[in-house]
Amino acid sequence: MDRAFSWVAAFPDEVWEHTFSFLPTDADRNAVALVCRSWHRIERLSRRKIFVGNCYAVEPAAAVRRFPEVRAATIKGKPHFADFNLTITDWGGGAGRWIQSMAKGWPLLEELRLKRMVVSDDCLEIAARSFKNFRVLSLASCEGFSTAGLASVAANCRNLKALDLHENEVEENCINWISHFPESFTSLVTLNIACLDGEMNVSILERLISRCPNLKTLRLNHVTPLEKLVGLLHRAPQLVDLGIGMLIGEGHPGLFSKLESAFAHLKHLKNLSGIWEAGPLYLPAIYSICEGLTALHLCDSSIQTPELSKVVSRCKNLQQLWAMDLIEDDGLIAVASSCKLLRELRIFPSDPHGLAQPVYLTQYGLLAVSSGCVMLESVLYFCRQMTNSALLAIANNCPNLTCFRLCIIEPYTPDYITQEPLDAGFGAIVELCKDLRRLSISGLLTDRVFKTIGASANRLEMLSVAFAGDTDAGLHYILSGCKKLRKLEIRDCPFGDKALLDNADKLEAMRSLWMSSCSVTLGACRLLAKKMPRLNVEVIDENGGGSLESWPDDCHVEKLYIYRTIAGPRTDAPPFVLTV
Amino acid sequence: MEDDHESMGDACPQLLNLIPNEKVREKRIGGLDAAEEKKLELTLGLPGGVGEEEEPSVLSSCIFSKVSKTSSRRVVLGSEQQEAGLFQLQSRGGYGTEWPHKTTWNCEIFDEQQSLEKEKALGDTENEAGSNTSFQTRASAGVAVVGWPPIRAFRKNLASSSVKQSVELQNGNIDEKVKVASCKKGLLIKINMDGIPIGRKVDLNACGSYKKLSFAVEYLFLDLLRAQKETSTNDLRMDEEAKQAFKSLLDGSGEYTLVYEDNEGDRMLVGDVPWDMFVSSVKRLRVLKSSDLSSLHDWEARKEQQLSVEYGGEGLAN
Repeated sequence: MDRAFSWVAAFPDEVWEHTFSFLPTDADRNAVALVCRSWHRIERLSRRKIFVGNCYAVEPAAAVRRFPEVRAATIKGKPHFADFNLTITDWGGGAGRWIQSMAKGWPLLEELRLKRMVVSDDCLEIAARSFKNFRVLSLASCEGFSTAGLASVAANCRNLKALDLHENEVEENCINWISHFPESFTSLVTLNIACLDGEMNVSILERLISRCPNLKTLRLNHVTPLEKLVGLLHRAPQLVDLGIGMLIGEGHPGLFSKLESAFAHLKHLKNLSGIWEAGPLYLPAIYSICEGLTALHLCDSSIQTPELSKVVSRCKNLQQLWAMDLIEDDGLIAVASSCKLLRELRIFPSDPHGLAQPVYLTQYGLLAVSSGCVMLESVLYFCRQMTNSALLAIANNCPNLTCFRLCIIEPYTPDYITQEPLDAGFGAIVELCKDLRRLSISGLLTDRVFKTIGASANRLEMLSVAFAGDTDAGLHYILSGCKKLRKLEIRDCPFGDKALLDNADKLEAMRSLWMSSCSVTLGACRLLAKKMPRLNVEVIDENGGGSLESWPDDCHVEKLYIYRTIAGPRTDAPPFVLTV
Repeated sequence: MEDDHESMGDACPQLLNLIPNEKVREKRIGGLDAAEEKKLELTLGLPGGVGEEEEPSVLSSCIFSKVSKTSSRRVVLGSEQQEAGLFQLQSRGGYGTEWPHKTTWNCEIFDEQQSLEKEKALGDTENEAGSNTSFQTRASAGVAVVGWPPIRAFRKNLASSSVKQSVELQNGNIDEKVKVASCKKGLLIKINMDGIPIGRKVDLNACGSYKKLSFAVEYLFLDLLRAQKETSTNDLRMDEEAKQAFKSLLDGSGEYTLVYEDNEGDRMLVGDVPWDMFVSSVKRLRVLKSSDLSSLHDWEARKEQQLSVEYGGEGLAN
């Protein structure tokens, strides 16, 4: 061993291993692994959790080989913009190769979390049969599997604690998949089936819930008649997180008091989510639990602001509020005065295409919340108008913001009073909120805002840009600044070749870059790919695939996805995704 | 409530009264009696709307004082501009002068969309990346721009049900609720076209009608079809040929016909049933060559279905 590192031998491996277990982040462990060979070896043998932000960044077999003792794996596939249909179908992100490698190399795997991946029923079956100690399966924004796959998970995973299905596209071909949990199965702690569309046999569900005393999280899917919900709640008074599916009122008298007493029994409830279709008259049934709620994700379509404000005013301990914009400015003012512990606010558009009457949600709502809720850290806000001064005030009120995502629904919307671009407003946000890690910008924006972001957003890790900027300089400011940038996604901006080529090195320091409907040419992609062998430069050619060699350099690239990788060009790309 | 409206022919007198009234100001924060409702109800009126110069100072002082109650450090509104913004707080109620502003503004947008739609029908404007016109063109086609606004399909499901609800009457009618619930499905529907390997997804709720759906199909596949067609010497003619393909998608007389697979697995012609019924039962769409369209016997439909699964199938199990 190198003399300079002889101190390493002063302690046996187990001591170092124990020390490393205190390191909170993967980044710290990665740093440790670079110190010397011994530490590299000790670290890799003791790593229990692995996070793979881009499934194509590394070969599955290589990852499994390097960290043989992993118990929990999180893997992400498609780029974020795939959520909004910007990639093509069959883009990739298949989980098959990962599951096969993991089945061979990590038989003791306990937790698997996949996001934006294509998971087939076969994958689920292999996972269910290979991992004897499987405890947690979490699939978010995935597709490719059906309830038959879930049935095999239910049947084979004897010690499953969590089945968490979040916004997946699931084919429903096995109606009673839930009956595949054996009668001896009692270990469930989390069951989230909110994204399943199909009918659920409620009595089977009831039996399952009754025999799982540790069940803390139950998120039902969207067809839950009120009476059945009442029955289920009575069986699980220990619930901490409840998703009511879609609560439909049925107009029987007496049901209200049943519902009210069912909720009143949930003394430990902290999270409530779901779609409230039962109308405002049933809403007071949840008053008794409001005080204990820390998270409310209630998407209501039939409740006007006055009733919703009454609910919200009772939620004095609320930390997270997700709601539709039907809450309106008035509702948010109620939030501002009652929910002093609020950390996260997300407001979604009820009418994204502007087909119905406009909703009275403006910058004032957000302003009020920023003013009244001192602890606000995370904002996602869809609205139709904004001003620079409101943004400045919000930045002043909430210097601790870590995530700020503002989507003004109509692109190129200026400050509606001054008609100026919103550069100054967003500039204030990045300058005053020093801990900002995630930012999405919208509205009318020039290159100036990018200059400010590049210069001031020193902790920014993820940036989403749409319909903004004037010239290539905008992209250049971002890539040459923003020291900690990991993910950049851009659509419909006039950014082109020069900024990409001038900042090629930066691209390897980032996880990925997505650009669509910008001004990038194939020639630049070729130069970039040649210069940076550890980047995959993928071009999506929707006009029929075929060989890239024949296309001229000045050919416009519609969709571009660049990511760093040590695995080389991917082998499972469909014909329309071409690696340059 | 009615009286208030009438006496508030213009907003000023009422608002001036509020300054000395401590109690009313208190209530502004969460309560909603008529006066506050009016103050807080905002319009999307354009700036420079009918002169209410007196208002700003009144309103701004109200808001400032509310803020100073909660925390002296908090800055809610700090600039001239914001005061000007306050003057956008105008009363609603159908009698105030700003109401016509709001509706005119909306009407203008719709008119613009319609005239752009006509333009598009006559002669296409090319898509320019990132430019204002391209967005307008796409919006005017009645088709949502792909992926904008950036919300997930699941969110869109909720959006559709809420839109319906706000329009329909509030009663405890089960049937209506069930109808709303079923509208949750069938928003982003996969659509394939004969001869084109790439599949697309179309947002039915953004279409809203068969006509717009037909438009959307054309928009989604036109470029791909152009690329597939053998080029004649004349590029323009190729364009025309391609566009011609999409005429009469719905009535069976054109080169292609639009069919769909419903929730029972049957293949049907698009356009036979009312739009709402179509949206609630459609699972998948397909653009077939009209010459391939045989009469819809069950066994024929099943066979076609099988072929589409093997051949064009989305390939998810990779």
